[in-house]
Amino acid sequence: MYETLRQIVRVGIRSERAPAPTAEDVVVRRLHEDILRTLGRALALRHVDAGSCNACELESQALSNPYYNVEGLGIRYVASPRHADALMVTGPVTKNMAVALRRTYDAMPEPRLVIAVGACASGCGVYGANYATVGAVSEIVPVDVAIPGCPPSPVSLLQGILAAVGASAAKPR
Amino acid sequence: MNIAPLGLVAAPLAGRVPAQRAQVSSGQLLTACRLAWERDGRLVALWGSDERDLHRGFCLRVVLEDPEGLTLLEHTLRDDRSRYPDLTPIFPAANRMQRATYDLLGIAAESDDQRPWLWTAGHATHAFPLRRDFAPTAEMPDEQHEYAFVRVDGEGVHEIPVGPVHAGIIEPGHFRFQVVGEKVLRLEERLGYTHKGVEKRFESMTIDDGARLIGRVSGDSTVAYACAFAEAVEAAASFVPPARARWIRALCLERERLANHLGDIGAIGNDAGFAFGLAQFSRLREDILRLNEAAFGHRLMMDIVVPGGLSRELGFEHVHAMHDEADRVARQIVRLRGIYDEHAGVQDRFRNCGRADPKLARSLGLMGLAGRASGQARDIRCDFPSAPYDLLEVRLATHTAGDVWARVAVRFDEALESARLIGTITTALLDPATKGPVHAPGPDLPADRISLGYVEGWRGPVLVALEIGEGNVIRRCHPQDPSWCNWPVVEHAVIGNIVPDFPLINKSFNLSYSGQDL
Repeated sequence: MYETLRQIVRVGIRSERAPAPTAEDVVVRRLHEDILRTLGRALALRHVDAGSCNACELESQALSNPYYNVEGLGIRYVASPRHADALMVTGPVTKNMAVALRRTYDAMPEPRLVIAVGACASGCGVYGANYATVGAVSEIVPVDVAIPGCPPSPVSLLQGILAAVGASAAKPR
Repeated sequence: MNIAPLGLVAAPLAGRVPAQRAQVSSGQLLTACRLAWERDGRLVALWGSDERDLHRGFCLRVVLEDPEGLTLLEHTLRDDRSRYPDLTPIFPAANRMQRATYDLLGIAAESDDQRPWLWTAGHATHAFPLRRDFAPTAEMPDEQHEYAFVRVDGEGVHEIPVGPVHAGIIEPGHFRFQVVGEKVLRLEERLGYTHKGVEKRFESMTIDDGARLIGRVSGDSTVAYACAFAEAVEAAASFVPPARARWIRALCLERERLANHLGDIGAIGNDAGFAFGLAQFSRLREDILRLNEAAFGHRLMMDIVVPGGLSRELGFEHVHAMHDEADRVARQIVRLRGIYDEHAGVQDRFRNCGRADPKLARSLGLMGLAGRASGQARDIRCDFPSAPYDLLEVRLATHTAGDVWARVAVRFDEALESARLIGTITTALLDPATKGPVHAPGPDLPADRISLGYVEGWRGPVLVALEIGEGNVIRRCHPQDPSWCNWPVVEHAVIGNIVPDFPLINKSFNLSYSGQDL
């Protein structure tokens, strides 16, 4: 236990400020306000891999590391779509995952956001159109924000999440 | 493996690992597999190709590895009514490979298990995408079917279906548990959810496009696949890339191994309830990825290794940074390993959990890091070292406990070894003797040639089999992930464990879905 505590003290706090979509810090400060205004609480994310190569998953996992510390921003991944405000989908949407993706979306309460993560989910991935895929995520469920990149870096992911929340906050109710 | 006593004529195959190929009849296929098994050999890959346009019917290809190298066996089937012998009595891992080969090509083994493997959403019994007359974008007819899971009956037995959508940020697959109380009686895996037509996509691709696609077969092993593909292309052209490129390839491979092992050690700790481990190791992993980004322009090093060498040079300052980092990371790993070892709760969860003993591992063909944790002391870097590994004297990490603890211990050992190798490689790269180009355009590729690339990725051996067609385009490319051989072992390793330990056991193997589903 002593060594564990010593290591924690030795490493210190490594969390960084969230990236701004622009360089303006004010946008970052608006994140919490946007989340609160839109959803009234923290943002709960649900992830579905609809056939990706696992690179987008690695970078999504990285968001939880101490540097990006998304939980510190009020964003967390949840285990059930019924607890989720936003759905993050990766991959070219294989035929084998299309039904599972649709059902996950259907299980989410409203209002709900969908974020297509990476080139494949956005419809321009390396696998192309073929017998085994249905194409972009937007073919199956409505997409609010598509994040480019193969895979997107954690910073791009965070910017995309902010953009989705921002766009949702701007929507007339 | 000397196959002459079987009456077979072996032709040498060019490549970095000693390899030979031979045409076999169905009887010879079985005897060669049996011989390989007796010689401490294992099944690495099994796939099929449609060669009717070359008037050769269908070709079933099997790659075996034994201590002397690789053997590629080619068995021709006149048409799709001919069957080939079932290899599962010798190599149980062949079962799913044979079923996937049928799904894609419509050639079947003489086996009792003819259940579909890849079609989880619908079963097309008469459309075979890897036939050359199947258009890539053709519609697959949907035929809904009930998959015949094996069921356990008896008082108090119930069934827990899990997936394909999982609770964490991981790949999709379905697990069917038969349990009594909390105890797992039986697990059956159902994969194929990420099948996205990768092998069909390779057909008619240029080498450059193929190099991009191979890096996305399994994102966590992008460097290993890119290296195996590049080696296959280079072997076909009998071409050796510049020395500096080979050094940097090894550097990328070791950085990939180190980053994945660190991520896994943290995540396995977290699955045992030790969040401190995840925080510490995910931080170390992030440091490595950030330096990758600075040095190569990509955090996971995608598209860096290409046929002919590398797509970009590695800057002097980054070599220095990697050298220093390796040293720093190694010291942190040693310190954190001490904390893991001293933590009673973590050790209690790790020990005797998800055991695959060496006998089971050998009979099922467990390979790679999971294999080494179960006494299967094989590592391509040690068994068939090619430049620069012939100079590095990689220390093989192995344990015999075969449990979660052993798989974590192998990762710790290998992470430290990778850090040492990165130190040695970066020292070599700073030496003026390794100055030079990192890429050389290769000669034109001869058509109708098959070649292999075989690389020890962080998870285990990655094989890429490449057939070049007319005009420097890919005719057929088959990537084989070690997960094919390791997934069935997970089914055995969980027997008798409690359901809540499954995530821990599964993470300790950390097998690929995408790399296998293709």
